[in-house]
Amino acid sequence: MEDCLAKKLEITVSEAEKRTGRNAMNIQETYTAYLIETRAVESQSEGQCAPVDSLWRRYSEFELLRNYLSVTYPHIVVPPLPEKRADFVWHKLSADNMDPDFVERRRMGLENFLLRVASHPVLCQDKIFYSFLTQEGGWKEMVNETGFQLKADSRLKALNATFRVKNPDKRFTELKHYSDELQSVISHLLRVRARVADRLYGVYKVHGNYGRVFSEWSAIEKEMGDGLQSAGHHMDVYAASIDDILEEEEHYADQLKEYLFYAEALRAVCRKHELMQYDLEMAAQDLASKKQQCEELATGTVRTFSLKGMTSKLFGQETPEQREAKIKVLEEQIQEGEEQLKSKNLEGRDFVKSAWADIERFKEQKNHDLKEALISYAVMQISVCKKGIQVWTNAKECFSKM
Amino acid sequence: MEAEGRILGPPVLPPSPGGRGGAGAEPPAGAPGAARGLLLAAAAAVEVLALDDDEDDLEVFSKDTSLAEANSFSPSMPISPSSMINQYKFEDEPELRDLFIAVDDPESHVTAIETFITYRVVTKTSRGEFDSSEYEVRRRYQDFLWLKSKLEEAHPTLIIPPLPEKFVMKGMVERFSDEFIETRRKALHKFLNRVADHPTLTFNEDFKIFLTAQAWELSSHKKQGPGLLSRVGQTIRAVASSVRGGVKNRPEMFTEMNHYMETFSEKINTLDKIAHRIYKEEREYFNEMKEYGPIHTLWSASEEDIADSLKDVASCIDKCCKATEKRMAGLSEILLPILHEYVLYNEILMGVLKRRDQIQGELESRVDALANKKTEKDLFSEEIGKLEDKVECANNALKADWDRWKQNMQCDMRSTFTNVAENNLHYYEECLATWESFLASQTVDFHVEEDSEDRP
Repeated sequence: MEDCLAKKLEITVSEAEKRTGRNAMNIQETYTAYLIETRAVESQSEGQCAPVDSLWRRYSEFELLRNYLSVTYPHIVVPPLPEKRADFVWHKLSADNMDPDFVERRRMGLENFLLRVASHPVLCQDKIFYSFLTQEGGWKEMVNETGFQLKADSRLKALNATFRVKNPDKRFTELKHYSDELQSVISHLLRVRARVADRLYGVYKVHGNYGRVFSEWSAIEKEMGDGLQSAGHHMDVYAASIDDILEEEEHYADQLKEYLFYAEALRAVCRKHELMQYDLEMAAQDLASKKQQCEELATGTVRTFSLKGMTSKLFGQETPEQREAKIKVLEEQIQEGEEQLKSKNLEGRDFVKSAWADIERFKEQKNHDLKEALISYAVMQISVCKKGIQVWTNAKECFSKM
Repeated sequence: MEAEGRILGPPVLPPSPGGRGGAGAEPPAGAPGAARGLLLAAAAAVEVLALDDDEDDLEVFSKDTSLAEANSFSPSMPISPSSMINQYKFEDEPELRDLFIAVDDPESHVTAIETFITYRVVTKTSRGEFDSSEYEVRRRYQDFLWLKSKLEEAHPTLIIPPLPEKFVMKGMVERFSDEFIETRRKALHKFLNRVADHPTLTFNEDFKIFLTAQAWELSSHKKQGPGLLSRVGQTIRAVASSVRGGVKNRPEMFTEMNHYMETFSEKINTLDKIAHRIYKEEREYFNEMKEYGPIHTLWSASEEDIADSLKDVASCIDKCCKATEKRMAGLSEILLPILHEYVLYNEILMGVLKRRDQIQGELESRVDALANKKTEKDLFSEEIGKLEDKVECANNALKADWDRWKQNMQCDMRSTFTNVAENNLHYYEECLATWESFLASQTVDFHVEEDSEDRP
C-alpha cells in the first residue's frame, strides 16, 4: 500500500465523556464527546515519544465528515460509521445510547472508522479529514465552505435514475444485487445471533441456582456436605462466566455490523453510477432529438409531429430567414451538446474505472476481514468450550467425592 | 428398553459378609428389655436375623414366612448365566443377585369400559422359593398400586420405593403419549428393582405373587387378605394418636430425622425445579441454534472467496447443535427421573416417620390409660410388653432402613450428578473438537493466501 496517513500518524479514539450543552435550537441536551488523539509515528522509532495532540468531537461531527467524504468521493466505497442507535440487541444488552457498554463499543467503532479512512489510499490524503483529526476550532465552518452539500445528489433524482436507466454497466447491477444480499443476510444473522446469545445466557445463569441449593443442602449432610458445597461453587463460576463470553461475542457482532453498513456504501457507489449513466443517456437522447429537429428544418420534411409543424402547415410556413435563424440556434446547441456528451462520456468512463478499482480493493479487504472474523469466532468458541470443560471437570470431581 | 436380566436398581450396599441379613434386617426382637438399648445401637451391624420364639411379633410387619429360608448365611450361589454376567457388571458389589426383573413392552388394551396400558414384567431368578426360574406376566398400573399398598401394610415403618404418579401435572405430556408411557415404564422398572434390592421387601409374599401370578390368579389373590378391617384398624389408631396430640417421648434420633426431612424435601423440590428449568433453557437454546447454521450457508451462496469458510462455519454450528440436543437428552434421562423419584420419596419418608410415631403413640396411650389401674397391672403388662416390642421393632426397622436409604441416596446423587457433569463434559469436548478442526483448516488456507498476496 502506498504511503497512507495511517502509517505516519497514530490515531486513537481514547475516551468518551458525557457532556451537556445547548444545541442549535437552544435546547439543553446530553451528548457524548469522544477524544481523538494523534501522534506522529516517525519520531517513535528514534526512541523519543512525539507529543500527543488531542481534540474532542461528537458523533454528529463524525457524520458530517462522512457525508463530506461520500459526496466528494462518490467513486469510493466510504467506510461506514458505527451505528447511531443500538440495534440487534439481546435483552440483557442495553439499547440505551448512554449505556456505558454501548458508548464503549461506539468509541471503538469510531476509532476503527478513522483508521479505515486513514489507511485508504485516496481518502487519507483529504485535507478536511486531516483537519478533522488535528484542528479543533473552525472545522465545521471549513467543511461547509467547501460547499459539498451543493454537490450532493438529491435522493429523488437518484431514485428516478435507478428506475429509468437503460444501460448501466452490468458489473454495477451485479454489485447492487450483491450488496442487497449481503445486507439481508448479515441482518438476519445478527438477529439470530442475538437470540442465541439470549438463550445461552439463560442456560448459564440457571446453573447458578445450583450453588445456593447445594450449599443449603450440604448443611444437613455429613459425608456429602463437602462435595456438594464445592460443586456448588463451581456452578457459580460457570454461571458467572457467561458475562465475559457474551461481551467478547459482541465484538464479533460489531465486525459483522461494519460490513452490514458497508453494503450501504457499496450501494451508494452503484447509485452514483446509475445517476451518471442516466444523465448520459438523457443527454444523448436530447442531442439526438435536436439533431433530428435540425434535419427536419433543413430539408423541410416533417417526420415527427410537432406543434410548430402543424401550425406552419395550417397557417403557412415561416420565412426562410426565420428558418435559418432556428437552424443556426439548433446547430449551436448541437455542438454544445456534443461537447457535453463527450465530456460526460469521459466522466462516466473515468468514474467506472476508478470506482471499480476501489471496489476491487474493497472486495479484498472484505474477504480478508470476514475470514479473520470467522476465525476469531472459532477461537472464541474454543475458549468457551475449554472454560466449560474446566468447570465441569472440577464439578465432576466434587460430585464423585460426595 | 433394558435388556432382560439386567437390573438397574440402586446397588445394595456393602453388607456385612453373610448375605442378605445385613443392614436393614430386622434385629432380634424379644430379647430381654435391658439389652434392647444395645440392640438398637447394634441394629445396623447385625448380620443375623435371629429366628427365635418372637418371630410371631414380626408378622405384624412382615407376612414373610419365607424369611426363615432366605436368611441363611450362605450367599446365594450364582446358578443362572444372567447372574454370572451381573457379577462382572457390578464389580464393587460383593453381593450377588438372584432376582432379575425387567419391565418393558407397553401395550394398549381397549375394552368397552376403558383403555389402559399393560406392561410386561419379566423375572429371572434362582431362588428356591420360586417354582420356576423364569416368569413373564403382564401388569397394569393398578396392579403396581396394589403391590405398593400391600407392602406398606406389611411394613409400615419400612421405606417403600415410590411409584410414578397417576397423572403428570406438568402439562406437557398427554396421558397416553409415548413419552409419558416410556417415563412411566422406566419408573415402574425402577420401583420393582428397588423392591427386589431391599433386604426385607424382596421376600414379601405379595411381591412374589405380583411377579409370578397369571392375571386371573392375581385378581383372586387381591380379593383375599385382611383388607378392609385391618385398614380400618390402622385408621382408627392413626386418628387416636393424632387426637392425643402426637408422641410424648419421641427418641431424639427420629426428631432429627424429621428435621432432616424438612430441609431435604425443600432442597430436593428446588433441585427438581432447577433441573426442569435448565432443560427448558437448553431446549430453547437448541431451537435458536437450529436456525443459526443455515444462515451461514445462505450467505456462502453470495460469496466466492469466503464461501468455503462460511460453509465450514455452518457445518460446525450444526454439529454443535446436535451436541446440544444430545446434552438435553442426557439431562432428561440422567437427572430428571432421579430427582423426581426423590421428590416422591419425600412424602414416603414423612409417612414412615408418622407411622412410627403412631405406633409409639399407641403404646403411650395404653400406658396412660392403664396408669391408674394399679391392681390390674399384671394383666396388662403382657399387652404393654407386646406394644413395647412393637415400638422397638418399628424403631429398629425404620432406623436400619433409614440408614440404608441415606446410603442409597448418597450413592444415587453422587453417580447422577457425576453423570450430569460427564454429560456436559462430552458436550463441550465435542464442540471443542469441531471448532479446533475448523480452525486448523482455516489457518492453513489463511497462511497460504497471505503469502501469495501483497499485504494491503
